Amino acid sequence: MKTSWLKSGIASVALVAATGAAWAEKANDTLRVAFTKELENVDSFFNSSREGVVLQRAIWDGLIYRDPVTNEYKGNLATSWEWIDDTTLELKLREGVTFHNGAPFSADDVVYTVNFVSKEENGVKTQRNVNWMESAEKVDDYTVRIHLKEKFPAAIEFLSGPVSMYPAEYYAEVGPSGMGLEPVGTGPYKVVSVVPGQHFVLEKNENYHDSPKGQPEISNVDIRTIPDVNTQMAELFSGSLDLIWQVPADQAEKLATMDQFTVMNESTMRVGYLNMDAAGRSGDTPVTDLRVRRAINHAINREELVNALLKGKSRVVSTPCFPSQFGCVEEAAKSYEYDPEKAKALLAEAGYPDGFTIDFYAYRDREYAEAIMSYLNAVGIDTDFKFLQYSALREQNMKGEVPLAFLTWGSFSINDASAMVSQFFKHGSLDDARDDQVLEYLNTADSSTDPDTRIENYAKAIERITDQAFWAPMFSYNTNYVFTNDVEYTPTADEVLRFTTMSWN
Amino acid sequence: MLTFTLKRLGLAVLVALTVSFISFILLFLAGDPAAALAGETASGEDIEAISRLYGFDRPMLVQYGDWLFSALRGDFGESYYFRLPVASLIFERLGVTMTLGVCGISFALLTAVPLGVAAAIRPNSLIDRVALFLSVAGQAMPSFWFGLILIVLFAITLGWLPPSGASSPMHFIMPTIVLGYYAMPAIMRLTRAGMLDVLSSDYIRTARAKGAPEGRVLFRHALRNAIIPVVSLAAVQMGFMLGGSIVVESIFALHGAGYLAWESIARNDLPTVQALILVFSMFYIVFTFLADVLNAWLDPRMRSS
Repeated sequence: MKTSWLKSGIASVALVAATGAAWAEKANDTLRVAFTKELENVDSFFNSSREGVVLQRAIWDGLIYRDPVTNEYKGNLATSWEWIDDTTLELKLREGVTFHNGAPFSADDVVYTVNFVSKEENGVKTQRNVNWMESAEKVDDYTVRIHLKEKFPAAIEFLSGPVSMYPAEYYAEVGPSGMGLEPVGTGPYKVVSVVPGQHFVLEKNENYHDSPKGQPEISNVDIRTIPDVNTQMAELFSGSLDLIWQVPADQAEKLATMDQFTVMNESTMRVGYLNMDAAGRSGDTPVTDLRVRRAINHAINREELVNALLKGKSRVVSTPCFPSQFGCVEEAAKSYEYDPEKAKALLAEAGYPDGFTIDFYAYRDREYAEAIMSYLNAVGIDTDFKFLQYSALREQNMKGEVPLAFLTWGSFSINDASAMVSQFFKHGSLDDARDDQVLEYLNTADSSTDPDTRIENYAKAIERITDQAFWAPMFSYNTNYVFTNDVEYTPTADEVLRFTTMSWN
Repeated sequence: MLTFTLKRLGLAVLVALTVSFISFILLFLAGDPAAALAGETASGEDIEAISRLYGFDRPMLVQYGDWLFSALRGDFGESYYFRLPVASLIFERLGVTMTLGVCGISFALLTAVPLGVAAAIRPNSLIDRVALFLSVAGQAMPSFWFGLILIVLFAITLGWLPPSGASSPMHFIMPTIVLGYYAMPAIMRLTRAGMLDVLSSDYIRTARAKGAPEGRVLFRHALRNAIIPVVSLAAVQMGFMLGGSIVVESIFALHGAGYLAWESIARNDLPTVQALILVFSMFYIVFTFLADVLNAWLDPRMRSS
């Protein structure tokens, strides 16, 4: 955005002007939060937004829960689970849980939810979240079996993440559109009202079961969509908002100097990387040469990008996955130190002593892409920069028309390497490496239920991918949370706001 | 007059259809609707599944024909993004946009016309200079900047007005000023130029010579003629305000039709964009038509032509 510098200027004026102390709606026990993006549908199976995940965790529960700090799996709507065989998971359900509309929770709800969402024609937006399930079957009122299509070790992670349980009778009646307007779940917060995309009001579920999420403390949560970050800050200053998140680094730095706000930074699972068309789908470009791909890896000063641009809890990443993910073995990755001379030498060796010109694509974070570009230019690689809308770049990507691109991936907050590396290196439409060896390792890792076999094979895949420099992994992202001093909250590393862990000071 | 009106209406419908067809094609050229719909977290397989589900793999003309056929029967379909009926989605947001548009144009007219008349009565006087300054400033200031400055002043420093939202009339004061101020300079300059022109014409001299009071000369004789091009301009500005108040709606978090259009284009939400384009073209058509009628009332010569 060309105008962003001007906007930050105004924000500085606002900072100076903000003399009055901010006051939270502590007296009314109402936490006021801003979303930046219009959420498409509150029904969590029919949105793919961060905002959607936030509401999902507040309104609904999954069968299982992963503690965001210890990464330990705990029972939520299920109390225990065991694998009957490689593709059958049996779960014992918690008794005495009721939905917000008073309907009791039982095996029928699980069966209905799983059978509905796993059918492709029902159009769940992120198919990957659900298409590993074949169906569910009721054993008795509080025992269910989930049948998988094939072996899928990340099942427990998915059941504790995007797969929430819906009330069978109500969902059958109202469907995804009705659920989006009047959501009903078992979660710690009940929905009072929804204005699609604009305004969401939640209230504490007084009958919340004994869940590992903990009991909600704050009685009401009022969420408004305010697209402009500067307006969000103005609301914060004037005391009509208590918490904002996804605040850009430069604004957060200024806010941190003010006494009445707490600014916290946490990393996210999003990884930025350069994708190189090693297989030559876009034609015989220089990046089909291994030496060129290694040269590009050597050409970029990742430390400097992190320190000067991303800041906060961002870090240099050398793996094609986020390091906390299961199977993302950092030691296996070949890392390329910043060495422009070596890059030039490799280019010369590959037959490009004077460099070359290549199309370079990006869809977000223009300033990062431009910084990367200047490193490439410094070793003699001229870039023809194409900044496209996300959907346009993805389309060209899928058709195999993109030789070099700066891309990012957030793994949908799934803490398993399969959510990243297996999305891109298994010969799908986005795979520009098309390496058979990597495919073999990933197939073994993705389908094995033995953790050691999985780790071993992900490590092999990571080693091969980084040795062949199919990608140039760069850095992880971070996000800033800003709230008034009345609010007590510790953000987690998965970029999900959890209202249950918030309280008043 | 009736054949003239019918002809113009027929032409307007053709214009609306052409605009909708072109925009449909442009949206397809701007990127794969399935990828836009799937969002940034989607894998290649998700995108392919969505493409099959929504029929994006069919020829573009077939898809347009489908949409047109339903639209002609009054069915605008379901928004790909919100999964809600497009008609209700737009209807819900039109209230905010209309309120803002009507307030904005009223603010613009109520400030611009008196200022323009005053400036024309005494050219190069202090009031003319002030009017000139105001119009240059209005033309030069970007709306987002002016909007944020107002927020800083009235919402944060003084605390008189709420910074954003649409839940009370108070919420509309700043957006009205920002939006109206953007339209004001053109209207004021046109009023001033028209008045200057008319005031030096023969019939005004005659009116003065026969001893008509100055107020009657100014408002009954002069302004009535000078205002004709202003009415046409205001109609266009009104259309613009209803469809193009994107920046203002975004800064003040108003969630009107303009912002919906902007966001829907970014998301390739075809049914919503198509319906909005029809609504916006209807606005332009209706306002231009109303302006013609109003001008015909102001100037009897136009009625016969």
